Amino acid sequence: MEWLNRMLRKFGFFAKREQANRELEEEMRFHREQAERALRAEGAPAQEAHYKVARAFGNEARLGDESHGLTSFWFESVGQDIRFAARQLRKNPGFAATAVLILTLGIGAGVTIFSFVDAALIQPLPYKEPSRLVILHESNTLGPHFHLSYLDYLDYLHRNTVFQSLDVYGTFGFMLQTPTGPQPADGASVSAGFFRTLGVAPILGRDFRPGEDQPAAPRVALISYAAWQRRFGGRKDVLGQTAVLDSHPTTIIGVLPRSFHFAPAEPSDFWATERPDGDCEKNRGCHNLVGAARLRPGVSFGAALADAERIGVQLAQQYPDDDHGRGATMMPLTEAVLGNVRPLLLVLLTGAMLLLLIAAINVASLLLVRSERRKREMAVRGALGASRTRLIRQFVTEGIVLAISAGVLGTALAGVAMHLLLGLFPADVLATMPYFQQISLNPRVLTFAALVALVAGIVFSLLPALRVLLADLREGLTEGVRGSSGLVWRRFGSNLVVLELTVAVVLLVGAGLLGKSFYRLLRVDIGFVPEHVATLQVSGTANTYGTAPQQISFFRQLGARLATLPGVRSVAFASQLPIGDGDGSGNFRIVGQVWPSDHNEVLIRDISAGYFSTFETRLLRGRYFADDEDTSRQRVVVINQQMAKTYFPGEDPLGKQIYLEGSPKEAMEIVGVVDDIQEGQPDAAAQSGMYRPLNQNPDNPNDGFAVALRTAQNEDSVLSSATMAIHSVDSGLAVFDPVTMTQRMHDSPSASLHRSSAFLVGGFAGLALLLSVVGLYGVVAYSVSQRTREIGVRMALGAQRSAVYGLILREAGWLAAVGIGAGLICSVAATVLLRKLLFRVSSWDVPTLAAVAIVLAVAALLASYLPARRAASVNPTEALHAE
Amino acid sequence: MGQSQTNLLQGTLDLLILKAVGDGEQHGLGIARRIRQITQGTFQVKPGSLFPALHRMEEAGWLSSFWGESENNRRAKFYRRTKAGERQVGIETKQWATIAQAMASALKAT
Repeated sequence: MEWLNRMLRKFGFFAKREQANRELEEEMRFHREQAERALRAEGAPAQEAHYKVARAFGNEARLGDESHGLTSFWFESVGQDIRFAARQLRKNPGFAATAVLILTLGIGAGVTIFSFVDAALIQPLPYKEPSRLVILHESNTLGPHFHLSYLDYLDYLHRNTVFQSLDVYGTFGFMLQTPTGPQPADGASVSAGFFRTLGVAPILGRDFRPGEDQPAAPRVALISYAAWQRRFGGRKDVLGQTAVLDSHPTTIIGVLPRSFHFAPAEPSDFWATERPDGDCEKNRGCHNLVGAARLRPGVSFGAALADAERIGVQLAQQYPDDDHGRGATMMPLTEAVLGNVRPLLLVLLTGAMLLLLIAAINVASLLLVRSERRKREMAVRGALGASRTRLIRQFVTEGIVLAISAGVLGTALAGVAMHLLLGLFPADVLATMPYFQQISLNPRVLTFAALVALVAGIVFSLLPALRVLLADLREGLTEGVRGSSGLVWRRFGSNLVVLELTVAVVLLVGAGLLGKSFYRLLRVDIGFVPEHVATLQVSGTANTYGTAPQQISFFRQLGARLATLPGVRSVAFASQLPIGDGDGSGNFRIVGQVWPSDHNEVLIRDISAGYFSTFETRLLRGRYFADDEDTSRQRVVVINQQMAKTYFPGEDPLGKQIYLEGSPKEAMEIVGVVDDIQEGQPDAAAQSGMYRPLNQNPDNPNDGFAVALRTAQNEDSVLSSATMAIHSVDSGLAVFDPVTMTQRMHDSPSASLHRSSAFLVGGFAGLALLLSVVGLYGVVAYSVSQRTREIGVRMALGAQRSAVYGLILREAGWLAAVGIGAGLICSVAATVLLRKLLFRVSSWDVPTLAAVAIVLAVAALLASYLPARRAASVNPTEALHAE
Repeated sequence: MGQSQTNLLQGTLDLLILKAVGDGEQHGLGIARRIRQITQGTFQVKPGSLFPALHRMEEAGWLSSFWGESENNRRAKFYRRTKAGERQVGIETKQWATIAQAMASALKAT
């Protein structure tokens, strides 16, 4: 109860504090007068009695403050401090706005990037014990990450001793029957245990049962949460509904959780079962699946890889026709999901943190200059009785007010910026990064923001407070503005500016390298002219075009129809378009060469006769195909330069006969060598590839093909008329992904990654440049203002204006030179981090380093020229009279 | 002031003030004088210590105050001991006696 009474009394004091203050004053006045009177009564002169009492009393204001402090709530004086801090900041809106703006930008950038890092790298993947999940690929002579065949999968499944479970997925999507005809739908086929392996259970309905991926079982599918909402309106009665996928009626049995995603197969609406009765599945040489496995408890990744490799070697020996030259490769699932964004995110996080550092340094410099200017105010307040703690608390409060406002604004900025950033990625690319869909200002991100603001607040309050602690307060009064302590700050401020410049150089070099990579990527030789090319994808589900002649005649008819469209100069068909995933390969042998040679895996594309002229690909030797080269004529093939170099070194490939493994009777004669068309991503290395005439290898149009149209002018406008033309030939075909070739390149995953990293780091670097130059300006300007008198004396003694210019510019030049030099050294070290993101640019690219040094040097020169001019225009008489 | 000043032991000021106020009513200066008197001039309480202490004790509920007339008809603030104040005298006297005894025996020990 005692504390309650106390509390109540405190409230009493609080309520009457104006009165209490008056009373305290009166009480003390009474005391003083009475004491004086007593002294005088003892015979002391009036004056002496007065001073004696005053000395005994000490500082009355402080006394009142202490007494007040005892009877008041602690937050009362804090409230005062905050009010005073706010008033100080308001009184100096330029300073307050600049400081808050700079810090808001810094915190905003940091929090935005952190929210991405959080979504991708910190939030656990939505699987049970994701660290035990691995992805199983097969390597071949083209690279390490290629598909498994279904029969190989069964062997890995039965022979391994390291996997608790092994399942497969294939990501080819489906043609979905809709009331308006077939439409492509994103989807994947998985073996029945796939979701159990991941440790994911449907939120509605049930998972696949073991055996539901066998030929006899009725076809069933799970759908993603997004598809449930989008396609079925989130209704519960979706269970049991039938979707016709690739013309197979399939019953929907479950809905996956909202948080579930599986980036290697995303985007995916339908998850159907992978069945062993498909054409491809019966053929060990048909590779269309990827393995997903859960390691047995206690089995390390290395041990599991060794076991898989052992099986890979067995398979290569056992089935040399199909598996010779292949082997097992494995990577952690987290790597498969995040492998391409991790380096990007780490670079961006580093960049954002460096920017935050610069922003903080800048604000700290501002605060220091201000504390220098407020030296007198502090001295006066100290003399009037403010205790040292109270003065320090004032700075602390100001620092915290600053940090909190910037923290709140920065977090709000981040909330907007994170969604704008997502817009940097094309929708297709974003779909393969499903973890970013959960980006938000979640508690972790907010905690991060609060931590940053807290650290900033501590730094910003301690710096000026330190200044109060270190400096003798009286100095502020006695020496006026000219103080030796200016020197302390100048040294400290200069060091900060050097640090700022260093960080700015690192960011600028990073941005320069990424920008150069992006530039190189866009101008990489892709082996064809992408401008004025329109592309479309076509696929269907109908049971038509069963024979080769029907297929050939369909393509001829469609080609003729498309060629009549206004603006179309030439038409091409292909099994796949360039700038894709660089997939779709097979093994070939050279007729007459001793068998077994190693497996020669090359990309295979089946193309129409107009393909190379449509893409304007350079013919290096030989000739293109003719349209009448069909199955009745000698089989022919055109190979690319890479294949010629790799497999026919020092020979003329023209006239050589090759055949695909397993079909020696269908030997093809090499009739031409073309430039390397980039079939994979723009940053991928050139791959060996062969181009076969579509008319000699006809395929059913319903199985999907691509159309490319070279147009006279605007290729965009052709897309819709081409869609109508295709439907006029066969209305049962679905036409999708109409896009121009330049857009296709622009939206490609590798271009998106390079673009976003270049843009973001470029933005950070731009801000860093601005801030560091402003910082340098601040230091030099401050130094000039401190040295006005000195400069006046120099000029009075005969110094020329040029000498004054030299004086100031030398100081600035020294700072800039040290900063730039240190920055160049640091950036050479720091850009190692960038190496994974660079494309055909070394991490210490001399032109970039030189350009950055020049840009910063020029900016620094400009920043110091203004104060130098002010210094040189000092009027010596005025300067000497001032103060 | 010339004369040697003994530092007030931490915590003794409250007890001295409570004693000085006694059962009567005293203003601040009166309390200071009384303390000097009852300690034979050993302790001189400066206003800098006195007023914060008075307000603190008032806030703690050991003293109550009212405004009255001083001996020469000036308005002055007078302090009076409360019930809690009297209890506090008892408590602090006991504590002090313990300390004094302990100190005395410690100093006597050889």
